[in-house]
Amino acid sequence: MSREKVLVTTEWVSQNLDNPKVALVEVDEDTTLYNQGHIQGAITFHWRDDLQDGLIRDLISKEKFEALLSKNGIANDTTVVLYGGNNNWFATYAYWYFKIYGHQDVRLIDGGRKRWELDARALVTEVPTRTATRYVAHDRDNSIRAYRDEVIAAIGTRNIVDVRSPAEFSGELAAPAHLPQEGGQIKGHIPTAKNIPWSKAANEDGTFKSEAELTALYEGAGVDLAKDTIAYCRIGERSAFSWFVLHELLGVSNVKNYDGSWTEYGSLVGVPVAVGA
Amino acid sequence: MRTCGATPGGPSLDGVDLTTQSVIQGAVLRDGIADGVPNGTPVVNAHVRLLDRDGEFTAEVPTNTQGQFRFFAAPGAWTLVVLAPGVRKEVSVQAALGTPADLIVEI
Repeated sequence: MSREKVLVTTEWVSQNLDNPKVALVEVDEDTTLYNQGHIQGAITFHWRDDLQDGLIRDLISKEKFEALLSKNGIANDTTVVLYGGNNNWFATYAYWYFKIYGHQDVRLIDGGRKRWELDARALVTEVPTRTATRYVAHDRDNSIRAYRDEVIAAIGTRNIVDVRSPAEFSGELAAPAHLPQEGGQIKGHIPTAKNIPWSKAANEDGTFKSEAELTALYEGAGVDLAKDTIAYCRIGERSAFSWFVLHELLGVSNVKNYDGSWTEYGSLVGVPVAVGA
Repeated sequence: MRTCGATPGGPSLDGVDLTTQSVIQGAVLRDGIADGVPNGTPVVNAHVRLLDRDGEFTAEVPTNTQGQFRFFAAPGAWTLVVLAPGVRKEVSVQAALGTPADLIVEI
């Protein structure tokens, strides 16, 4: 996979602000960020209100995805450029989401909102209007999504990569440290999982490390990249980031994001759990 | 505008159960007249990274419109790294249950 097909630089974005074939979409964990200021011309998707079913725990349906993109003026041949706060966590989740529904040309801003801000580039508050389209989505591509039974069956046979922080992996924390330490589920990790935090794939400014560094990161942690791999975290966003690294940047073929992640696995009755480093 | 001697720095702790949470919080301010006294304006959308005792990344937040940030850590030693355009600053901090670590970081 060529990096140029899936990543754009902040400079590329600055030069394509008025490109009608490009749709900039901001997806944040902290959904107040967009209204404080965003890249000129960017629209926003709300990770929960727009991208979660709301009744059952699942992605929105194909029909709802088509309606969302049509309403927001995204056509099948639009180059969708995603970015967001928190090192692109939720933007990468949206990237994975666009690939689930088969969008052809979707890319991330390397470094996301943080790199844009550290570059001291302009943010605006004006909300753009885009002309509605008639978007047609593909059926879900479940080759990049893992479900719980597949994860249980993968213990000891496939690569399982836990991309949470070491403190969450060991069972010391139940959630990322910028969130309250709540949650009824137990703490720990899926047995045989390797702890390779998502953050190790990124530089301090949020940009991705080089392919050579990334390959060394995973192989150095004992991941056989010739085998099938499942990535998980707490709710599937950070593992979408690591899925992006493995599947889109390194071109590893069978990599799935387990978006049920620890909030599902850590609540299942009777499944094996490990604690400690 | 803060003045010398003002109490630090982070968002209100109303509603935070300090008996169960080890809070690290504060505010990032410009060192207004470069005299080491944190009397400058809040730095909005600085990025504050939390590293554990081994220097491993644990979490990151942008500062709010008052330059404030907050983490819910575990008791122990942590390092904050503050990033803003052209600026990088590290600060060591101890977290504990009961008493929040509340800091002013001047850049």
